[in-house]
Amino acid sequence: MSQRIDSKWNRSVLVALVLLTFGVLVGGFAILQNMQSYKVFMTIFAVIWGLGSVALLYFVLNAVAESMPHKIRSTAVAVVFAGPAVVMLFWALVIPTLRSLRLSFADANGNGFVSFDNYKFAFTDPIMIESFRNNLLWMVFGTSFCIITGLLIAVLADKSKAEKIFKSLIFMPMAISFVGAGVIWKFMYAYKGEGINITEIGLLNAIVTAFGGEAQAWLLLPVWNNFLLIIIMVWLQTGYAMVILSSAIKGIPDEINEAARVDGANGLTIFFRITIPYIMPTIVTVTTTILIFSLKLFDIVRVMTGGNYGTNVMANEFYLRQFTYGNSGEASAIAIVLLVVIIPVLAYNLKQFRDRKVLK
Amino acid sequence: MKKIGILIIALLMFSTAVFAAGQKEASPAASETAMADDAYAAVRGKVVTMAGPFVDNDAIKFEQSVKSFEEMTGIDIQYEGSKEFEASIGISIEGGNAPDIVDFPQPGLLNNFVAKGYVIDLNKVLDMEKVKSNYIQSWLDMATMESPDGPIMAGLWGRVNGKSLVWYNKKEFDAAGYKVPTTWAELVSLQKMIISDGDSPWAVGIESGAATGWAATDWVEEMMLRTTSLENYDKWVSGELKFDSPEVRGAIETMASIWFADGMVYGGRKGIATTSFGDAPKVMFEKPPKAWLHKQGNFITSFFPDNLKAGEDYDFFYLPSVDPQYGKPVLVAGDIYAMFNDRPEVRMVMQYFATGASVEGWVKAGGAISPHKDSQLSWYTNIVDRKVAEVIQNATSVRFDGSDLMPGQVGAGSFWKEMTDYVSGTKTLDQAVKAIDASWPE
Repeated sequence: MSQRIDSKWNRSVLVALVLLTFGVLVGGFAILQNMQSYKVFMTIFAVIWGLGSVALLYFVLNAVAESMPHKIRSTAVAVVFAGPAVVMLFWALVIPTLRSLRLSFADANGNGFVSFDNYKFAFTDPIMIESFRNNLLWMVFGTSFCIITGLLIAVLADKSKAEKIFKSLIFMPMAISFVGAGVIWKFMYAYKGEGINITEIGLLNAIVTAFGGEAQAWLLLPVWNNFLLIIIMVWLQTGYAMVILSSAIKGIPDEINEAARVDGANGLTIFFRITIPYIMPTIVTVTTTILIFSLKLFDIVRVMTGGNYGTNVMANEFYLRQFTYGNSGEASAIAIVLLVVIIPVLAYNLKQFRDRKVLK
Repeated sequence: MKKIGILIIALLMFSTAVFAAGQKEASPAASETAMADDAYAAVRGKVVTMAGPFVDNDAIKFEQSVKSFEEMTGIDIQYEGSKEFEASIGISIEGGNAPDIVDFPQPGLLNNFVAKGYVIDLNKVLDMEKVKSNYIQSWLDMATMESPDGPIMAGLWGRVNGKSLVWYNKKEFDAAGYKVPTTWAELVSLQKMIISDGDSPWAVGIESGAATGWAATDWVEEMMLRTTSLENYDKWVSGELKFDSPEVRGAIETMASIWFADGMVYGGRKGIATTSFGDAPKVMFEKPPKAWLHKQGNFITSFFPDNLKAGEDYDFFYLPSVDPQYGKPVLVAGDIYAMFNDRPEVRMVMQYFATGASVEGWVKAGGAISPHKDSQLSWYTNIVDRKVAEVIQNATSVRFDGSDLMPGQVGAGSFWKEMTDYVSGTKTLDQAVKAIDASWPE
């Protein structure tokens, strides 16, 4: 019996520690409640108390776990360290998801059961069908453009003298937020109208008119405007694809390439027979990441067109339903549909990870 | 072990120190009771939180406007303005964290929260005799909304805007020899004259980011007031009269007869959809002016180029009625203050908002019109604001911005969106009105 308790800690100290931690946690919370009108002190106190009590909590729980019997000690330690994260994840991800699921069967105010009405809306409303079509465009063209150009640049720039400069230039837009990019590209596509006394300020219109063309309202052109918006994402995300793919290419052992060359393979054969198969897992990872980006795409459309002129996407319609129209039922249904669409992509991504024994 | 012991002791000492400090912070109430002879002793030092869409200049003008009240009563009104107000307010109210008072520029949005039972009925908490005597009936009617427990007085009108105003570059306008039109026929002949002089009469822009299209709905509302009866306008706003009815179609077509006519609008039809509403009037002040007329609410003057003087460099006229039998209607918009938490200091602030004094400072600073009966025309320091106030006072009828009254998914959704698609040529009028009707909630 006495063996079970670790010699380092005796029970009464442990109990005292646990009580003290409990006191600090509850007491601090009580003080915070009473400090509402002193925002500055409240913030300082919250930071110190929050950090301090988390550290204390881990320290005490770890001590408790280590005092456990040998058989369950490793499990107990794992619970102490991973447990809070799992609980937080459950609280911040699983519960909201379940709540959305429930709301998706309720009316606009979140009361009353309306069965599948919201899903009927999500799959049959013209605006939703338009959004599905556009999201598909984003997924297919946005993702493939990003990957193909990223791969091409990574391969072509590999080992060239100006590689660093090229790659820095391509990578730079990554530092710009989607909203910022939208504002910048608004000037690219700017259109001032037709008639008397008009000066065009948009870059694209400047190019077109320089070649004798006619100025266009680019963002109003049906279907094409979607591609003009997709280009912005390609501009932003190609750098990301390029950097990851480039590092994978550099990971290919030189011996393989040399052996291929000795066997008489030319550059193109090496690219398709060696480079691509070798970095395939990386390509898949990058593709799924960008695919998820294009599924949940929101900022660019919101800033550039607000979803008008046939450029609406699911995430924007979700936002409008929830926050502008105050219809939590329809919004939740869209969110759930979005979730269901993303799950296979995520699952495939995880499977890839597992095959590469990253997550084992 | 030793280190751990020291750590624990340090933590203990620290936490007791913080405990002590925290308790000291928590008891400043003692000094308040000492000032018992002060009429506002009970509320002195209390905080009333407000949320709304006033940012930048508007926020400053609002704060200055309530300053004297804050000094007199000792209540601290903390206003938090946000450009994404429409989206963020729902989160805080439904999250159970509503500010004490919320300032809604769209009564339709307030209506959502009234319907869900979040808003306090002012009939129960304010001195309504005083409130009612200070507003004309239509303002009170517009603030009465249907809650789960029956109709309630959901809010008080603060700052309001006049909308039926056509702005022009006064100096150039006079120099060109144009005359301010007082009838629709005169307006039409003025348009013709400007076109024959080689310019576009109108500057119109409806681009406004995610809110693109709202400026077009204003025009439709003006035309509704000028081509059909007030009863039809009210029915239209409440959803009884369909968009796909001859009356509403007629109003939209009257607008289109100006907007889509060759040479009538600077930039043409597609230019309307891609020009920001705030940038649109700027071409009137270029030299020489590229367009001459711009219909917009009185807030638009803050988008005019700097250093322009009201009444000298620019001026406005009342958009004439198309059909004289409908009188001189004026389209208005404004901010309605609703109460979400009932405490004595919040009641006091709300009572104050029912008086002209609450906007006096703002009116004097320019850019606001007071709907209160006890406010005075002499407060309007610039001639244009005073004229706007006069236009509202002289109106035979006043109607509130229709899209702001309609349910959110129409008024801030399909109406904006479908009008934008119609103007940009993506949809026909037929498709647009049917789509709006289809989006109306049952």
